[in-house]
Amino acid sequence: MRKPDTLSDRIDRPWRKPPLIKSLWLRWALAIGAAAYLAAAVFSIEVNWLRVYEGLDRGAEFITSFARLDFVSRAGDIWSGMLESIIMTVTASVVGIAISIPIGLGAASNIAPLPIYLICRGVIAVSRALQEIIVAILLVAIFGFGPLAGFLTLSFATIGFLSKLLAEDIESMDKAQAEAIRATGSKWLQWINYGVQPQVIPRLVGLGMYRIDINFRESAVLGLVGAGGIGATLNTAFDRYEFDTAAAILVVIIGIVMALEYLSGVIRARVQ
Amino acid sequence: MPVFPLGDDRLGWTRRTPVARLVRWAGWLIGVAAFVWCWNRISEVTTWFFVWDAPRIAQDILARATPPRWSYMDHLWVPIWDTLNIATLGTLIALCLAVPVAFLAARNTTPSRVFVRPVALLIIVSTRSINSLIWALLLIAIIGPGVFAGIIAIAIRSIGFCAKLLYEAIEEIDPAQVEAITATGASPLQVMSYGIVPQILPAFAGIAVFRWDINIRESTVLGLVGAGGIGLQLSSSLNTLAWPQVSLILIVILLAVIISEWVSAKIRGAIV
Amino acid sequence: MLKIEKLVKTYKTGDKALKAVDMEVPRGQVVSLIGPSGAGKSTLIRCINRLVEPTSGKVWLGDVEISGLNAGALRRERRRMGMIFQEYALIERLTVMENVLSGRLGYVGFWRSFLRRYPQSDVNEAFRLLDRVGLLEMADKRADELSGGQRQRVGICRALIQNPALLLVDEPTASLDPKTSRQIMRLITELCAERKLAAIVNIHDVALAQMFVQRVIGLRFGAIEFDGLPTALTPEVLTAIYGEEDWQATIRKDGESGELSV
Repeated sequence: MRKPDTLSDRIDRPWRKPPLIKSLWLRWALAIGAAAYLAAAVFSIEVNWLRVYEGLDRGAEFITSFARLDFVSRAGDIWSGMLESIIMTVTASVVGIAISIPIGLGAASNIAPLPIYLICRGVIAVSRALQEIIVAILLVAIFGFGPLAGFLTLSFATIGFLSKLLAEDIESMDKAQAEAIRATGSKWLQWINYGVQPQVIPRLVGLGMYRIDINFRESAVLGLVGAGGIGATLNTAFDRYEFDTAAAILVVIIGIVMALEYLSGVIRARVQ
Repeated sequence: MPVFPLGDDRLGWTRRTPVARLVRWAGWLIGVAAFVWCWNRISEVTTWFFVWDAPRIAQDILARATPPRWSYMDHLWVPIWDTLNIATLGTLIALCLAVPVAFLAARNTTPSRVFVRPVALLIIVSTRSINSLIWALLLIAIIGPGVFAGIIAIAIRSIGFCAKLLYEAIEEIDPAQVEAITATGASPLQVMSYGIVPQILPAFAGIAVFRWDINIRESTVLGLVGAGGIGLQLSSSLNTLAWPQVSLILIVILLAVIISEWVSAKIRGAIV
Repeated sequence: MLKIEKLVKTYKTGDKALKAVDMEVPRGQVVSLIGPSGAGKSTLIRCINRLVEPTSGKVWLGDVEISGLNAGALRRERRRMGMIFQEYALIERLTVMENVLSGRLGYVGFWRSFLRRYPQSDVNEAFRLLDRVGLLEMADKRADELSGGQRQRVGICRALIQNPALLLVDEPTASLDPKTSRQIMRLITELCAERKLAAIVNIHDVALAQMFVQRVIGLRFGAIEFDGLPTALTPEVLTAIYGEEDWQATIRKDGESGELSV
């Protein structure tokens, strides 16, 4: 078929937007495939609607419980659980960030020699592939119950997260600045200090703050598998349908996350 | 960067003033002290005997866990299907809810900055702050255990995440294109569908795939609290100390994570 | 045709962008608006179709007073005012044809526009316009694949398919090279002549303005400083508009043809 390209070819003919996927066959195959999957997925869910209907009352109770938060009756548990979560967050963030800086440097292909690059990338891949909760289960099995397992879990997860982003940041930095420092005849560490560090510090601070935020949120669930923190208290509260206490804990978590976000905004603005 | 006289004709230079140096030192001191205090708290509640024994226990577990019990795979196909469904349906529901929230939260599209925007931001921060496992705990308490609770938990957790990224994308659109469509006499809905939607569509697709990838990871562990998926099998294998099954499940989860990351990277690559 | 009475715009920051501007543009006349950056040229144009809400004053298009209209009526009047933008303001990710047809949004309903089912008459007109500006074979290309001059021509088509009585043109050549700038200005003035359109063209290139328009208005600090024929722009007038500078090289000499170098 000739490509229509004169006005008389085009005029009085219907116009349609050119489709995103050119092949008609592929378009229909994708649409039917997606529809079939959705149908199969929806039908394979077994929902006990009676149970859901009965649950609506409890749901309403939970929502209204935000109006009568109960910090008092389990004040001791909430306080110690929260403190443990915060302690885990602080220690894991410090240790995790400290370790992820050398690993991040090692995982940047433009400054690290190949063997070190491969090792560091391997560490990152393992850390990122393993869910925090699964790591926590294994570490609890090995080290016993308590915040030490939680601390190790969060540190390990921080390394994977931060090193990868730091390495990407270093790989995309401005070469001219780094070259200028190298041209002064600096040693490797001086080169990192003057040529690389000033370029990546603002983003490192931002990412570090973000990771502290994530670590705190994660520390709230590690208690479910016995790795310390507020999660155990929260679990007990839900098990006993003590929604007032559960809501109080959730409000505290949301409050701390909001405070951390605000703080990280302020710090990021100051660094940049 | 202060310059100071050295007594003769020469001038000295330091990076910071003496006061600034003092403040920095005090800051570091407080930071280190806080870290040490936190570490001591963890150390107090840790049974160090178990920790010193850890290498032996780790070896013991590893010996028990290998080789994985491959025949157990027959029991895993249905949980894998459930896990996929939890992640996919949860993401779809979340996207449907996140779009309006994002439009209400973005400064340039919100109907009211004083009344509507704070509510939208509150929805975003509160759904985002709370881990999907906690949402699952809550939903199980309300509507009972099962895949359905998992889907809703994933959906709720993802609303805030998607809406946050989406509203940031909306705030970054080119206002000239919106102005141009407005100037043609288009209605507000038309301005949205021609002036705004095409600009945020790539970001939207990227966010959707990104979140789906994360949700695959998260839905693998939802079963630990009873919300369906492969985590149920993991939980029961752990409870019966069936380590060869645990190792098989971990391998399956690892594969799922790697495949989903590969798929999402491919799709995102195709969009951009 | 267009009448502006005591138009005032004061921004929230306290900046007085327009101080009681009065002007009148008859049917078919192309007026260029010159003046330094921040003189209020863009604000004036946007106050006419109320993309910027004027603080006080009146704007009449024919016998309709734009400044007092409610939202629905304002949208109907906006159809009569086509607008052309500095950075083209095309929807980059849509096709050329969709961009041109988006000029009909004020005439078609939401679902028609959403499903891209425009009336055949609109589609025909879009093709005719694209053919007129020489972009017919680009119809199904995405707008971000086009060059600057091509994009601006699509922008012109989008404004013209509205079937407007007035064109509001905001710095149409600011992002284009000198040759393309002349081509675009010539296209705009030709199309205005063909369709008996009035146009207000913001422009900072004084020589280009002199070359193509019948009337020049000079704006300074939100007030009209000059209103007259292009040939009446003397160094004294330019100094009054822009401030002190050597203007001899900027002004077109009599008898010199602006068309030669294209």
